[in-house]
Amino acid sequence: MSAPLVHFKEDAQRVAADLRHRGIIQTAMGKYEVVRDQRKLWFQDWQGARNLAARTKFEAVNHLDTHLGELAKNLEARGTKVHWASNAEQARNIILGILREKQAKVVVKSKAMTSEEIHLNDAMEKAGYEVVESDLGEYIVQLREEPPYHLVFPAMHLTRGEIKDIFQKKLNDAPSDDPEELTMVARRQLRKKYIQADVGITGANFAIAETGMISITENEGNARLTAALPKTMITLVGIEKVLPRYEDLALFLPMLAVMGTGQPLTCYNTMYGGPRQPGEADGPEEYHVVLLDNQRTLLLADAEQRDALGCIRCGACLNVCPIFRNVGGHTYGTVYGGPIGSVITPHLRGLQEWKHLSYASSLCGACTETCPVKIDLHHHLLQNRRNASAPTSGKPSFFQRLAFRMFAPVANNAALWDLTTRLGRVGQVMHRWIRGSAIDPAQAWTKTRELPPIAKQSFREWWEERKNISDQASSNGEISKN
Amino acid sequence: MSERENILTRIKEALSQEAHAHHGRGLPTVAEQRQVLPRVGATVDEQFALFAKNANDLRATFKLVGREAELATELKALSAAEQWQRVATHVGALTEVAVKLLGLPTLTTNEGYDKHELERCDVGISECDALIAQTGTVLVTSRSAGGRALSCLPPHHVVIARREQLVPDLPAAMALVKQKYADNFPSMISFITGPSRTGDIERILVLGAHGPKKLTIFCL
Ligand code: SF4
Repeated sequence: MSAPLVHFKEDAQRVAADLRHRGIIQTAMGKYEVVRDQRKLWFQDWQGARNLAARTKFEAVNHLDTHLGELAKNLEARGTKVHWASNAEQARNIILGILREKQAKVVVKSKAMTSEEIHLNDAMEKAGYEVVESDLGEYIVQLREEPPYHLVFPAMHLTRGEIKDIFQKKLNDAPSDDPEELTMVARRQLRKKYIQADVGITGANFAIAETGMISITENEGNARLTAALPKTMITLVGIEKVLPRYEDLALFLPMLAVMGTGQPLTCYNTMYGGPRQPGEADGPEEYHVVLLDNQRTLLLADAEQRDALGCIRCGACLNVCPIFRNVGGHTYGTVYGGPIGSVITPHLRGLQEWKHLSYASSLCGACTETCPVKIDLHHHLLQNRRNASAPTSGKPSFFQRLAFRMFAPVANNAALWDLTTRLGRVGQVMHRWIRGSAIDPAQAWTKTRELPPIAKQSFREWWEERKNISDQASSNGEISKN
Repeated sequence: MSERENILTRIKEALSQEAHAHHGRGLPTVAEQRQVLPRVGATVDEQFALFAKNANDLRATFKLVGREAELATELKALSAAEQWQRVATHVGALTEVAVKLLGLPTLTTNEGYDKHELERCDVGISECDALIAQTGTVLVTSRSAGGRALSCLPPHHVVIARREQLVPDLPAAMALVKQKYADNFPSMISFITGPSRTGDIERILVLGAHGPKKLTIFCL
């Protein structure tokens, strides 16, 4: 078993049985579902909107080279420095290089999953910089030294009590466990940092090729301040975030808000097109945009699953996923969790090591159904299963082969199959004595679940019986009504 | 080869295999967008009513004020209630009227300013580029609203708009930005939809996370 698989199994088992965790997630998701569904009705045609969004992303992703070139050209035209990073290390080095050149001390960050992806905070802290996350949820998990729990709600697994405790411990400032007061603690603490910080780092939700702009969606205003006050601004953005035209935002901004949080529009949707321009009151003197590949081109090369690059990270597929809701965000052990994470992680980080995520799904299709850009998520999970067991990716394990060698002759022979079913009925009576114990061969299942009994009558037996009755009936001159 | 070329080459190679367009091809037209986006009434009155309703849902305050005198009364009432000591603003026809009415010490951001001083202001008064009926949004830019921080750092953001600035929907707002600034975009364009908020603690709504706790929109 790969290390990520071991971690997944252990955590999944622990979290799924944790009733407290279950309660928190159910409450949070319950509230979300109600508003999200109201907002979908607010659209004149939500399904039509999904189609348009899917089409837009298809054009964006399938002409990525053109759009990316245009984006870079337009950004540069107004004084932005564009950097290209093929992998995480290059991206870290570029950013560390800028910090060194600017002789920075304090770095303030707004939410960026890409920075989690390249372990940027670690690298900056090791290099001696003070790094402060400014999104409230990110700030809380940073204080707890944890990764974010969810793409959109990083601290949704915590109660106000736990948040009060960490504020008390790390900041010595926690008047009560009232969410409003706790938010004001963070507000006070972070105000100082925006003003102090030499460099602000942000992520991006969209990159507009036509106008050369980075679009950032947020509710708190932390990204606005990160982009306004420090002298240098850096945006780290995955190359797949490109949208061709400015007007595409008219569709994507409300769709992201509806699916992300159930809002009509997120509080601040802001486009940055460069450093402070002549005649402007403020803004950074320098603006750097780092375009990150980090295996995205590998996913792009898979024509079947290329659409997964259209993901707008709204988190909706996580919210509806029965697996996510049971095992929680940290169990995945990945930056991107839930269905979309299970689809792309094997591409980004290695199929064999991460193939177990393709099985972290009931294949119910709720993710595909909800995705605003119509990514075919659950089929991609199936494709990953197929690819992982393809002859080129190595043999299945000894036990798997043994099991199928025994199963095949039974399944191919009616008499043997019959016999096995009959034996099973007898066996299940005796199974009662050992059910769930260490010597139970089905222990993995029975420890926490009921094993459904084998039906009293098999289909074939029922069919035989039915045929006999109707034969009799017709020989009696009656017409079968069934 | 530079990293730029490396990445672009990898993209080109990856794209040499064509993907199936399951949901059709071609960028949608604005008309297509309008068919799916939320409905907006055709008349200006309907649109103002919609803007007012949306602003209310967002916990912003929206007031249509007839004349300057009415604006003066409203502003003075706000100022007294919140005990404003210091006002931040930018150069502009509407903001100048407002600031004169208030007669308080004023920080004007246009020529650059001290961040600490802006942080000490009780209110940021700005103009805007448009009001969007569909979503209750105020559209500001670094050029129309005194830079990047004025509309975000002080605890109360007061917007003074003119009636003609109302646009029906998001596609109209996007078109307006492109038309107004196409040859020279401001470095920041922000769609502000309600006062700053967070739900990061138990998904409970708290206003004023990092940006303003209050957003007031006066429309002359
Ligand atoms: S895959 Fe779709 S639903 Fe999931 S986060 Fe991405 S855009 Fe949202």
